[in-house]
Amino acid sequence: MEATKTIDCKGLNCPMPVVKTKKALSEMKPGEVLRMEATDKGSKSDITAFANRTGNELLEVKEEGGTFIFFLKKK
Amino acid sequence: MEEKKKRMALIASKGTLDMAYPPLILASTAGSMDVEVTIFFTLYGVDIINKKKYGSLKVAPIANPAMPSPIPMPNIIGMLPGMTAMGTSMMKGMIKKINWPTIPELVKTCLDLDVKMIACTPTLEMTGVKKEDLVEGVTVGGAAEFLDFALDANISLFI
Repeated sequence: MEATKTIDCKGLNCPMPVVKTKKALSEMKPGEVLRMEATDKGSKSDITAFANRTGNELLEVKEEGGTFIFFLKKK
Repeated sequence: MEEKKKRMALIASKGTLDMAYPPLILASTAGSMDVEVTIFFTLYGVDIINKKKYGSLKVAPIANPAMPSPIPMPNIIGMLPGMTAMGTSMMKGMIKKINWPTIPELVKTCLDLDVKMIACTPTLEMTGVKKEDLVEGVTVGGAAEFLDFALDANISLFI
């Protein structure tokens, strides 16, 4: 999937992947797609909750060798 | 129509390194999730936003049987001189290992996310801490100001 912006949150733990995702999205335009990579095992449920609550759409989540890759569409 | 923002009201009453993290983690996460957050710092909790202290908060091994130890030892050993420093240094090592931000970094993160921080005025009066000693962006206030926010909050926690 094409992304406008990519951020690396690998090695970071809660709350930083959510905080950094929020910061990155706040610097983007509506409709743009953010790719976020994290290794925090809680990030899958955390980012899902974050997307549900903030209205930024979680387009896709995949896991590659212990890394979660999220695609979020800015509201 | 814009939906009314959710609100979270926290009271932070502890000034140890371990207990400084939960309110700041919840606040930074909620702030990221577009939740309006107020943290009321009272009693020892004021140390979390005291510029002279927040970089050197400690963890107390005494009366804390959950404190990890390199070798099994009775909890009463925690009262020996140097044990608080040892426990704190171990805790800091664990925090670094998981890449957690420091307390000053997390306080800044919260303020950047518009988390409102209020320091309890009687505590300041009692401990002689001045408003200038507090992190920039922190305001001072009393219980009524906190309650005014908390009465309309979806989450209220005392930590």
